[in-house]
Amino acid sequence: MKKITIFTIICITILSIIAMLSLVVGVKIIPFSKVIAYMNHNDLDSITSAIITKRIPRTIFGILAGASLATSGALMQSITRNPIADPSILGVNTGASLFVVIGLAFFNITSANQYIWLSIVGAWLTAFFVYAIASMGKQGATPLKLALSGSAISIALGSFVSTIMLPNNQIMNSFRFWQVGSIGGASMESIKLLLPFFIIGFILSILISQSLDNLALGDELATSLGTNTLLIRILGAFAGVLLCGATTALAGPIGFIGLMVPHIIRSILGNNMKVVLVFSVLIGAIILLGSDIIGRVIGYPSETEVGIVTAILGAPVFITIIRHTKVNAL
Amino acid sequence: MNKQLNSYKTRLHTYRIKRAILILLVASAAILALCIGNTNYSPLYVIKVLLKIESKGSFTINTLRLPRMLAGLAAGFALGMAGYIFQTLLRNPLASPDVIGVSAGTSTAAVFSILVLGFQGPFVSVIAIAIGLAIAFTIYFLSKVHGHFSHIKMILIGIGFQAMLTAMTNYLLTRSAEFDVASTLQWLSGSLNGIMMDNIPWYLFSILTLFLILLMLNPNLELIILGDELSKSLGMQLNKVFNLFIIIGVLLVALTTAITGPIASVAFLSGPIAVRIFHNNRSNLVTAGLIGSFIVLSADLLANNVFSVHYPVGVITGILGAPYLILLLITISKGRK
Repeated sequence: MKKITIFTIICITILSIIAMLSLVVGVKIIPFSKVIAYMNHNDLDSITSAIITKRIPRTIFGILAGASLATSGALMQSITRNPIADPSILGVNTGASLFVVIGLAFFNITSANQYIWLSIVGAWLTAFFVYAIASMGKQGATPLKLALSGSAISIALGSFVSTIMLPNNQIMNSFRFWQVGSIGGASMESIKLLLPFFIIGFILSILISQSLDNLALGDELATSLGTNTLLIRILGAFAGVLLCGATTALAGPIGFIGLMVPHIIRSILGNNMKVVLVFSVLIGAIILLGSDIIGRVIGYPSETEVGIVTAILGAPVFITIIRHTKVNAL
Repeated sequence: MNKQLNSYKTRLHTYRIKRAILILLVASAAILALCIGNTNYSPLYVIKVLLKIESKGSFTINTLRLPRMLAGLAAGFALGMAGYIFQTLLRNPLASPDVIGVSAGTSTAAVFSILVLGFQGPFVSVIAIAIGLAIAFTIYFLSKVHGHFSHIKMILIGIGFQAMLTAMTNYLLTRSAEFDVASTLQWLSGSLNGIMMDNIPWYLFSILTLFLILLMLNPNLELIILGDELSKSLGMQLNKVFNLFIIIGVLLVALTTAITGPIASVAFLSGPIAVRIFHNNRSNLVTAGLIGSFIVLSADLLANNVFSVHYPVGVITGILGAPYLILLLITISKGRK
């Protein structure tokens, strides 16, 4: 228990520091004192206050998006009992892309709410399809089968995305910016849109966390402990896809957060699902916001989107996990 | 004894017939590619134009269609062979260069050199080859843990690289000017549009050289098909051969990607089709190459003449490949131990 308390304090401290940094760092660096002055409603020159006003929703949205993606990853890894389950590896992001592009091209969608629902439906269908294919056969869904199905379905869906997009310059243009994954355009509006999805997804996952712990013991043991494994999987997948689908719709695909965060937590605090879920919120927010800040600095004076940074940070983590897993567990 | 010999002879006979049909198919697709388009010419007339007996239509045939057809022919052949090499070495029909990150690496490198460095032609290939090789070997070395190489780890690590490289390509796309994007995206889908004769001779020459080297190495590939244990006991230095094959496979993919962009699904479709048609335990390297050529040429014919939009050939192969890919996934998932 003591370890958890210390860890909580550390996480909250880091998150506060990063959140402050997120207001300070950017194309124009705002001195810390001015940020404090802004918070105290002191008068500032209009440019400085405009920049801070724009960075605040970005920071809050980053925290929410990181929390959602990490929770989603923890859920997916738990219900598939698979260490590499992540929206970007499972091809779920491409599924979401395809539906969004279809919406743009054929149904003229404009509101962010329509984006979100299309993206969630696309993500849901893809996740179901990839998992169904990978779990055929005696062995069930091994990491290898899951990753291959995800990658292959991604390639197939990607061709459909190109078919729809290529004849249409306008869609191509909005799509290329969406598909890198960025929180730079976040507004208070997008926070309001994401928040209900995050709350529903998170509460649902906490409610089933005990059953998820049982699931980790194996289906037979879980059933004998009174867990309805099918129902829990469906609920877990529903919450997981809700979280990543909504985030992806608003920010574009941001990969590897869902992969990295649960691994970090489990290696420090063990496998208790409730702990993993709660800390996913904190550490997910830290990593996403941290990556966003890195993105603002490395390509200075231009900004690098957070989706690129997480992909470059996350791929080595993924590779390390693969390297340290026993071959016959793959 | 005599009976066995007879059945062997019949099998050899059907094998030869099947291969002759395949070559015929590739040849007719290639001829059609020269004849059909906005204006159609008869094959005889095309030959006259190629031999410079007739001059009307020379621009269409010599400048537009000939390089396109040659590039399609060679690209399909190269990708088909490369896919077959990777699938055989990694013992998984899904382990083709487009699934495990090698194609993604070469296309990221090529996009970088086209959009950022402003290169064209052979320079793009050189960079694509260098980076493609570097990535393939990084994946290879990372999948060796404590001296134990694992095929499965190589595939999974390749998929990890794939995700990272795709993100980088997408990033480069956002950084390019709007007028570059359409053409870069066309190219990124794998396209024969706008291929120029200047790039063809050295490309054909390199693919041909690699093909000849592969023909010499072919017996080793047959040993590998028999299994790691057997080939080791037959005294083959598996590691060296493995590396050599990977290098050649990457070269084929990188050279092709630099010219046409990554044409989806060809690399991983050709091998399994070749094995299914000829179902034997021999090396189907050349057959896989021919099937690759046929897929690319016929998909390009479709792309050019059937739809109102001139889709890049890779979009067509990607969509044709999708159902097969899903079928393959299902059979592998069910069938494998």
